[in-house]
Amino acid sequence: MTGLFSEVFLSALLFGAVTAAIPLLLAGLGEQISEKAGVLNIGIEGMMLAGAYLGFVGAFYSGSLWLGFLTGAVGGAAVALVMALLCVRIGLNQIVIGIALTLGLEGLTALLHHFQFSRSYPRLPAAEATVIPLLSDIPVIGPAFFKHHLIVYLAVALVFGMSYLYRRTQLGLNLQAAGDKPAALDVAGIDVVRTRTIAVLTTGALAGLGGAYLANVGAGLFIPFITNGAGFLGIVLAMLARGRPIWVLFGALLFGVCLSLTTAMQVAGINIPTDIIQMLPFLAVMIMLVLFGRRASLPAALGIPYERGAR
Amino acid sequence: MSGFSSSSVAGRDIVALEGVTKRFPGIVANDSVDLSIRPGEVHVLLGENGAGKSTLIGMLSGLQQPDEGRILVDGKPTPITSPRHALALGIGTVFQHMMLVPTLTVAENLLLGGPWWQRPRTEELAARVAEITGMLGITVKLQAKVSELSLGEQQQVEILRAMLRNSRLLILDESTSMLTPKGIDELGALMRRLVEQGLAIVFITHKLKEAAAFGDRISVLKLGRKVGEIPPERFRTLGEQEIVSEIVELMFGKQKDDPEAVERPVRTARAGTAPLLQVADLAVAPTDNAPGLSSISFDIRPGEILGIAGIDGNGQKQLAEALAGQRTAAGGSIRLDGAAIETLSVGERRRRGLRYLTDDRLGEGTVGTFPVSINFFLKQVGAAPFWRNGVEKRAEIDKRAAQLVREYDVRTPSLKTPVARLSGGNIQKVLLARELAEGAQVVIFNKPTYGLDLANTLASRQRIRDTAARGLAVLLISTDLEELLGLCDRIAVIADGALVGTVENVDDARTKVGRLMIGLAA
Repeated sequence: MTGLFSEVFLSALLFGAVTAAIPLLLAGLGEQISEKAGVLNIGIEGMMLAGAYLGFVGAFYSGSLWLGFLTGAVGGAAVALVMALLCVRIGLNQIVIGIALTLGLEGLTALLHHFQFSRSYPRLPAAEATVIPLLSDIPVIGPAFFKHHLIVYLAVALVFGMSYLYRRTQLGLNLQAAGDKPAALDVAGIDVVRTRTIAVLTTGALAGLGGAYLANVGAGLFIPFITNGAGFLGIVLAMLARGRPIWVLFGALLFGVCLSLTTAMQVAGINIPTDIIQMLPFLAVMIMLVLFGRRASLPAALGIPYERGAR
Repeated sequence: MSGFSSSSVAGRDIVALEGVTKRFPGIVANDSVDLSIRPGEVHVLLGENGAGKSTLIGMLSGLQQPDEGRILVDGKPTPITSPRHALALGIGTVFQHMMLVPTLTVAENLLLGGPWWQRPRTEELAARVAEITGMLGITVKLQAKVSELSLGEQQQVEILRAMLRNSRLLILDESTSMLTPKGIDELGALMRRLVEQGLAIVFITHKLKEAAAFGDRISVLKLGRKVGEIPPERFRTLGEQEIVSEIVELMFGKQKDDPEAVERPVRTARAGTAPLLQVADLAVAPTDNAPGLSSISFDIRPGEILGIAGIDGNGQKQLAEALAGQRTAAGGSIRLDGAAIETLSVGERRRRGLRYLTDDRLGEGTVGTFPVSINFFLKQVGAAPFWRNGVEKRAEIDKRAAQLVREYDVRTPSLKTPVARLSGGNIQKVLLARELAEGAQVVIFNKPTYGLDLANTLASRQRIRDTAARGLAVLLISTDLEELLGLCDRIAVIADGALVGTVENVDDARTKVGRLMIGLAA
């Protein structure tokens, strides 16, 4: 038990929490934009996996982490394109297609990985951290929050970017109208299908980026099913955040702490069965749902395909 | 009909329809409709539910495309391909159901539709809004959330939005249906100011008074066809009473060669007999999505058919369900053959002889996946002789079902066919067979011919006549006035959950009921 609450342990715990939180943050922000526009994107887990796999492959062969992020985002968006075609344009059931995409991508990425790397799991070199001067010198907090890869700071900045988008831009208004009253948007002369397609593709890109971060920075390698429910946690975050990006950030950090705690407690050798420790993040989900779930306010047209003139 | 003069000078019409036809599966919503819309005129489109008003609006606002005929804008044939296109042509629509996003503010709603890369131009908006509202004499709270506004205020926002987009033609679809009387007067005054500015307005309503009070030109639609028009020249020379009577004639006048027209056999109502069903002061509390009922009272004697007329959604379903026991009554009494039944359960009322034929045939009337045979006995599940000790007696059920199929002429491939596979008319026959079977005393029919083809409609009506002839009391709820006039002994009119009048079905009943339906005294 010694050293459980030492400075080093605490800062490692928080560092791990941030690392674990970033994929959730990106997934949550991504899901949020889809839900705002009225599309319940259950396929986000599949989009993350596609991003994780393609992001890893991109980084592995090019040697550039940034190129890996790019291929990851493109991979996620590609899966989202299928979702947009089937659910937004044709109007098929969003839940069924979402589950199908997730299951399909789980199998596909595992299979491709097996073809390529057989049973070996090559590693990427450790990601280079961008150290923020001065701030990183603060004890505990410094090493925990200000010694991350540049993409981490960009992801956090994205929270504020999204807030601006929703509150201050025309596109933000259109997105919200597409989710709350698509017919009103349509008669205002804006194409609902196009607006929702933009939202779903953005979701795919963000989820893919989150997956790529998970594989390339978080783990440094790709293993099948690496996302392990991160996309679903993103859905929970988006639902609890009531349309506000900042709450996605807080939620992601909370879950990040739980996830980091599971690792930390195992490392610290606390005498609790690992199965129970690994339950922690999901227990946190359930507790959050019990506490805040009733207040979640979802867009009125969430999950309902838009068809012009239908009554 | 002399009011037909469509001497439209093509150059003067902003928008004109020529022979526009629109079909939906099974129905013709608009049947070669001509319409000319001119600046400085309030053109009233008048018609009952299902007359095709909304479809016409859908085509003008770009939501739907005509199957035949053409739309001319400024004299040029122009297909209106999308709502955006309609807006670009200067056609602004205020839909019957509000088209504002409730979670956004008024300003944000007004800004919807701008180019997505732009920042919303709030300051510019405020200036233009001030200009227009000043001109129209209305006030609009730009920063209020739409969900906090009254319906009348929301409507003003929608009109304002159309004006902001430089509309030349403003379409108001059933705009008064949710307004208070004061709101309606304000809307009328607003429309007058708008046409004085040179706008064209198409005003859709089913209320005759409003048409006469606010219109310059009136077109009457009936079952998808335009049955008449009163042009402004005639409109001005006629007094309000004359306009009203002319419209009533157009709306409710009987057409020749109507296959549904049947001579109603004159029945001598058995005045001496005691009423079989007595309803007094029946009340139902309103819910979020349904109107309530207030002090409904009527009697029905054996062998009598009482009709309930009215525009759909005025409490007809609530009345039927309250009588059947499916909806809790807030007060009042229901007596069946003298005995109070208002506290009894649905099943007990049925056993005493009160039967209800729902208009929701597949939803609450039958279980679609169950075979025809079982659907005959849905309301007797567990009862002998068809069930014994909880076990289904196939042979008994099939024997009786086969009998009912023959008796009621149900066209079904077999007794085992799931009922949902039958046509609407045959499903209705299954319901009729079930509800009219032994022990029935009072039967409530809710829209019994709704959605049926002609042959089944006629068969159902005959069934209703026979029911009354057997000495049962019949309550016939229908939105089809012809049907009521052809079947009933008396017709009561329901509006906003109350009976506004009852008319003996003799000579001038058509006009009287028509007037009651549109809010005039008989």
